[in-house]
Amino acid sequence: MAKRIDIANLDAYYGTFKAVGDVSLSIEPKSVTAFIGPSGCGKSTVLRTINRMHEVIPRAYVTGQVLLDGEDIYGPDIDPVNVRRTIGMVFQRPNPFPTMSISENVVAGLTLDGKKRSKAELDSIVERSLRQANLWEEVKERLDRPGGGLSGGQQQRLCIARAIAVQPQILLMDEPCSALDPISTLAIEDLIEQLKADYTIVIVTHNMQQAARVSETTAFFNLPGVGQPGRLVEIAPTERIFSNPTQEATEDYISGRFG
Amino acid sequence: MSTTQMTPAPATEPALHDLLAGRQLPRWAPLAAAAAGIVISLLLNLISAVDGVAGTAVVAAILFVIFQTGWSLRVEGRRHAVDRLATTAVYATFVIAATPLIAVLATVFVKGIKVISMTFLTHSMRNVDTQGPGGGLQHAIVGTFQQVGLAALMGVPLGILAAIYLVEYTADAKSSRLARAIGFVVDVMTGVPSVIVGLFVYSAFILTLGLPRSGFAAAIALAILMLPVVVRSTEEMLRIVPRELREASLALGIPRWRTITKIVLPTALAGIITGVMLAIARIAGETAPLLLTTFLSQSFNYNAFKGPQAALPTFIWDQFTSGTQASQDRAWGGALVLITIVMLFYAGARLIARFTGVKKF
Repeated sequence: MAKRIDIANLDAYYGTFKAVGDVSLSIEPKSVTAFIGPSGCGKSTVLRTINRMHEVIPRAYVTGQVLLDGEDIYGPDIDPVNVRRTIGMVFQRPNPFPTMSISENVVAGLTLDGKKRSKAELDSIVERSLRQANLWEEVKERLDRPGGGLSGGQQQRLCIARAIAVQPQILLMDEPCSALDPISTLAIEDLIEQLKADYTIVIVTHNMQQAARVSETTAFFNLPGVGQPGRLVEIAPTERIFSNPTQEATEDYISGRFG
Repeated sequence: MSTTQMTPAPATEPALHDLLAGRQLPRWAPLAAAAAGIVISLLLNLISAVDGVAGTAVVAAILFVIFQTGWSLRVEGRRHAVDRLATTAVYATFVIAATPLIAVLATVFVKGIKVISMTFLTHSMRNVDTQGPGGGLQHAIVGTFQQVGLAALMGVPLGILAAIYLVEYTADAKSSRLARAIGFVVDVMTGVPSVIVGLFVYSAFILTLGLPRSGFAAAIALAILMLPVVVRSTEEMLRIVPRELREASLALGIPRWRTITKIVLPTALAGIITGVMLAIARIAGETAPLLLTTFLSQSFNYNAFKGPQAALPTFIWDQFTSGTQASQDRAWGGALVLITIVMLFYAGARLIARFTGVKKF
């Protein structure tokens, strides 16, 4: 069920501003790929193009191709709603729906897609998703309490449970730990380790140790200069990126010699 | 050429506590300043330098401000003096703003409660001499409920949908120009006097289209009046719903319209209801458009689509202009009933909002 992604000659724009240029890379199924790079280099933008969330921002658009198992998700007859059901996303800041309880949050993607499901089916999805997100034991007594009452780390795991409840093929994570303490971060990293058995995961992170810990492949993005679009500098197995990068810019960044 | 002179360090440094605490007026300073102001103002009154209660009070207040600020300036320094002056100004404006509000409520209650009785609440003015006592205003309550209800049925959905369009569907350049134009029209509509809207409905619907004078014609005018208030308040509430929530929903593969109806609207619900209630409170008291569209009636008329219908504002106007003590008492009674209905309605809406919107923990 996990699928591969091939990005070819992708340019992403915000209005007339080209944020990222000429990105081509491949993401293997059932692996964890990390995007690293300085702020503003376009790694989050590239991530958001993979499930067509980039175009949600007014006047933002892309050119080029993003292929999901060979199928162009920017093809003329592709429905972005279906793309997003197939490719889930977890955001930087935990964002549970404030009007919903914990269990309603988990199945929001299912109850709001218009198809009717039985209570028993939804209950089992709530339990399965929360167990997968390592949150079940902490919240099983208070499933009808508001999701906003959980701690930051729990809220983020709730958002992961919500994302995997719709059983996507791919999970995109945009700095999922940057608002969390080290213990919650560890919980999420363990979770990523488990989830990659079933999902293809792409994670944007500012934390290079995190990239080294969780990912098999690392892509380094950089900003050649002020006002220029961000670039993909290199993509390689994580070990190689951190021990023996081919590009000087990568070497400078990972060794901290770079602003 | 200037030379910098090193100031020698003081032989004894001030104690740290004094340095941090600074020099302060005693706690009773405002009371003392107020007492001094009042006493001097009363003395000035005695020697006939100032006249009357109001004049004496104003002079006392001014003296209080001068005494306190001057004293503080000497002892505490400029920053504290300005702080005291600003604090006094804030309290004073609060009292000035709250006084008329409380006075209106108190006056309406005291004058209106006299005529409130079961008869008053359950009868109409049919076959009652408007000059004499007796009769009631239930026909006006019925009319107000029907007219405001119909107006809300038309104005609230239209206003909320317009606000949704303005906030959620105007991303590209072309539609944002349209949105600015709509926003401008809405702002202009906010400023149109209600009597003009009444005239518009009278000429466009009653004279031109042949709609009979009725509660429904009044409801059209009221709906037009409430529309800009609903649009603007809903718009503000939708704008403060974080973009992250919309993105979280879209990223789950939830379509745009369901994101709006199931995530954005419920999150903003409490604020939207408050805005709608303010709009309803505004139109419930409108008189001029009613006189032009449905006029008034002394009898029950349960059919809002045919014939003149009474309403609380026109009842109040009619009774007040009748000019006798009994009719003016009824006018105050009508005012009390109108205010009570609006307040009950508001409290009910707040309760609904509390139990349906954002979950508290």
